[in-house]
Amino acid sequence: MKAAVIVFPASNCDRDAATALEYFTGTKPAMVWHGESDVPDVDLIVLPGGFSYGDYLRCGAMAAHSRIMRDIKKKADEGVAVLGICNGFQILAESGLLPGTLLRNADLKFVCRPVNLVVEESQSAFTRKYSTGDHVRFPVAHGEGNYFADDETLKRLEGEGRVAFRYANGDNPNGSIRNIAGILNEKRNVLGMMPHPERVCDAMLGGTDGRPLFESLVEALT
Amino acid sequence: MIEITPKIVREHGLSEDEYGRIKELMGRAPNYVELGIFSVMWSEHCSYKSTRAHLRRLPTTGPQVIQGPGENAGVVDIGDGDAVVFKMESHNHPSFIEPYQGAATGVGGIMRDVFTMGARPVAMMNALRFGAPDHPKTRHLVAGVVSGIGGYGNCMGVPTVGGEVNFHAAYNGNILVNAMCVGVARTDKIFKSAAEGAGNPVVYIGSKTGRDGIHGATMASAEFNEDSEEKRPTVQVGDPFTEKLLLEACLELMATDAIIAIQDMGAAGLTSSSAEMGSKGGSGIELDLDHVPQREANMTAYDMMLSESQERMLAVLKPGREAEAERIFKKWELDFAVIGITTNTGRLIVKHKGEVVADMPVHALSEDAPVYQRPFTHRTPAAALGPDDFDSSKPIADSLVKMMSSADLASRRWVWEQYDHSVMADTVQAPGGDAAVVRVHGTNKALAISTDVTPRYVRADPFEGGKQAVAECWRNLSAVGATPLAVTDNLNFGNPERAETMGEIVGAIDGIAAACIALGFPVVSGNCSLYNETNGEPILPTPAIGGVGLIRDVTRTASVALKRFGDVLLLIGDTKGHLGQSIYLREIDGREAGSAPPVDLTHEKRNGDFVRGLIEAGRVDTVHDVSDGGLLVAVTEMALAGNIGASVALPVGVKKVPFLFGEDQGRYVLSVPAADLDRIRAEARAAKVSCVDIGRVLNTPFVEAASASVSLAVLRKGHESFLPQLMRAPS
Repeated sequence: MKAAVIVFPASNCDRDAATALEYFTGTKPAMVWHGESDVPDVDLIVLPGGFSYGDYLRCGAMAAHSRIMRDIKKKADEGVAVLGICNGFQILAESGLLPGTLLRNADLKFVCRPVNLVVEESQSAFTRKYSTGDHVRFPVAHGEGNYFADDETLKRLEGEGRVAFRYANGDNPNGSIRNIAGILNEKRNVLGMMPHPERVCDAMLGGTDGRPLFESLVEALT
Repeated sequence: MIEITPKIVREHGLSEDEYGRIKELMGRAPNYVELGIFSVMWSEHCSYKSTRAHLRRLPTTGPQVIQGPGENAGVVDIGDGDAVVFKMESHNHPSFIEPYQGAATGVGGIMRDVFTMGARPVAMMNALRFGAPDHPKTRHLVAGVVSGIGGYGNCMGVPTVGGEVNFHAAYNGNILVNAMCVGVARTDKIFKSAAEGAGNPVVYIGSKTGRDGIHGATMASAEFNEDSEEKRPTVQVGDPFTEKLLLEACLELMATDAIIAIQDMGAAGLTSSSAEMGSKGGSGIELDLDHVPQREANMTAYDMMLSESQERMLAVLKPGREAEAERIFKKWELDFAVIGITTNTGRLIVKHKGEVVADMPVHALSEDAPVYQRPFTHRTPAAALGPDDFDSSKPIADSLVKMMSSADLASRRWVWEQYDHSVMADTVQAPGGDAAVVRVHGTNKALAISTDVTPRYVRADPFEGGKQAVAECWRNLSAVGATPLAVTDNLNFGNPERAETMGEIVGAIDGIAAACIALGFPVVSGNCSLYNETNGEPILPTPAIGGVGLIRDVTRTASVALKRFGDVLLLIGDTKGHLGQSIYLREIDGREAGSAPPVDLTHEKRNGDFVRGLIEAGRVDTVHDVSDGGLLVAVTEMALAGNIGASVALPVGVKKVPFLFGEDQGRYVLSVPAADLDRIRAEARAAKVSCVDIGRVLNTPFVEAASASVSLAVLRKGHESFLPQLMRAPS
């Protein structure tokens, strides 16, 4: 599996994503500056966490208009896998690659802590090594992760099996509607999620629940 | 031209004598711009004029030290060509006036100090002191400071991994915000600030200059009064987005060999960066302010030289490398301008609109700044408590619950959950333990970091309190298995022009020096914040110590959480039952009295070396130092962290309260499998270390001691609810 990590101004989980990808694929991913026109020929594009453009205006709003996003949209349409983590999810929502939006956390505070998640959908390139119903624990670290979408969108997401992860009951850290933590696009090749799988791939750091996500991608895309 | 009157001199915070000295050094009266430049360079904040003579007594060398005090941050060798770069700095005055921006720019400033040296910041800590919880401003200040620290650090993508939060009425009018940054560099890629050589381009990089923060350094060198809130315009405004770009751009430029010297523009902005670089390099600097990127129209030379706009750097490049540097900064969409040149004249010359607006000897600004031997008196240390001078009537269980829920011992979760502590994916121990543990990226080694000081001890006895701050920091690093390397100090005190406050400063520095020497724990960087008082009421003397240690094998470390039912609890170190200045006395007896607990540095070292040896050998994985609140509080914290119960048995003949709640120093609690007990005790005996079996890890969720028993659920409820309740918006 060949991978690329997009670097926006003030992305700050780009190195973390690259470290995890290198661990699982054995090769360093391409680091692609947002001002480039083309993403190299890869199997997976990662939009990492961070504060692109300082979260000014709205999280992800300016990054969604970066030059590189045109090629990412094209490649996503062609079926290339795209994973957006945290700020990456916000950018995917702002750019229309995923439906809905991410509002400020319900308590208006930034939150960083491990949360319990339920894998809702193992039928995707991102989640095939999990089983539906698995409980996993990933950290979140965001101020604006409160997922919201209108009823019709939610009905479609749930009806089409596109909610990949939900916060476990009682452990919703941000007020997301229906406990939604991560969603897929219609073609199931784009996943956006607020929790950070790349931070739980090393037992030394307090957990390995993120490993199946990367192992799924390697298996599906190699 | 503005005429310099005695009133203008006074408004610049300069004394008559100092003004006379300036005229002598200049050989004439300064003009208004020059006076402004002198006023910030000679401010307490920039010149350390009250403390410099005493700071010389601190040990600053050691085989591990690559760079001691005097640069932007200290540098210490951690092997394999890696170095740790760190410093702690205060942003007290601005944070009281405008808590969000004050704290945010404090974080930004200390990060720049570290990446200016060529290091990538890898961890942040902060030591915070607020007024009494029920003081009307406390909630607002806590909320603003915590979100300011998070707002800046989270955006930078540097994990905030720990620190301290304390409350005391002595901080009602002057809170303390001390931020510490730790970075990692290669030992052969350390950058310094000496602008050596003439004819080299001086370049300005980062944000544009505005009128914000003018005279911030002077404001931070004066007491507060009722009108202090009018000083809001002197507080800078932070932009972490630009700082993140500046960090990446600087590290990219540093990967080349284009830089001769680099210095961040912190307090006193362009003035202090240019004067310090020229002074250290033994050269001169000529600046043309017309080339300074400006955010506002019609800025004067005075405005530009004194602005404390954030996210700016000054660098001296090798000639001919400007275009290469400019390309990097343009890529990161930052301003880049050649604004001057180094000279061999020894003078700082500033031009604006074709005229020379300042022409002064560089040495006069830094080296020739005044150094004062201010008069000081040592207060008689507080008298020791009598042997039975404490309330022993209260049930132990009630006292424990009350203490665990009290302002200084309650959980800080509400604070640190607002800080991203896991970004960079190397945080091995998150906040809540004795020391934070952060792996050095891509290696099997880790850094341990802790900040410590117990201001009530320093108040009772500045010398013992200074010793204790260093000893507790050293102990916290040892408790996770780290070899303590070096410290940064942040000395927060009141007005040094009062002999009694000056006595606290001198006593605390002597105590810090004694402990640093005995423990081989040199001071490599630091900062002084004086004049922390309002209407003549000073803060508690608060010399915060930030220490860094090295863990050679990250798989061999210890944490506070109890792990195994049936383990034996061992108490390392002597217990005499010192209740003076203890949390018990304050929370249960309602008194702040007695002497500070003395620190026996020989025992401290022996006990710490013993505990660290067990961790390094992979034989002990559960350790907690005994500090605020004493033994039973330490055991309770271990039980809560592991969610496993524990019991403490009193040795025959000891009094309950002093044994369980005394704050004797140099102690650790270890949890070890029963099978290992005899061997560890024999080794302790051989090492002359006191090691007593004091309890067991239980299979029931209770903390038990001296026939008292409290459930973990009750303890946790009080412990976790203090801050959320305090911070809840009034309904």
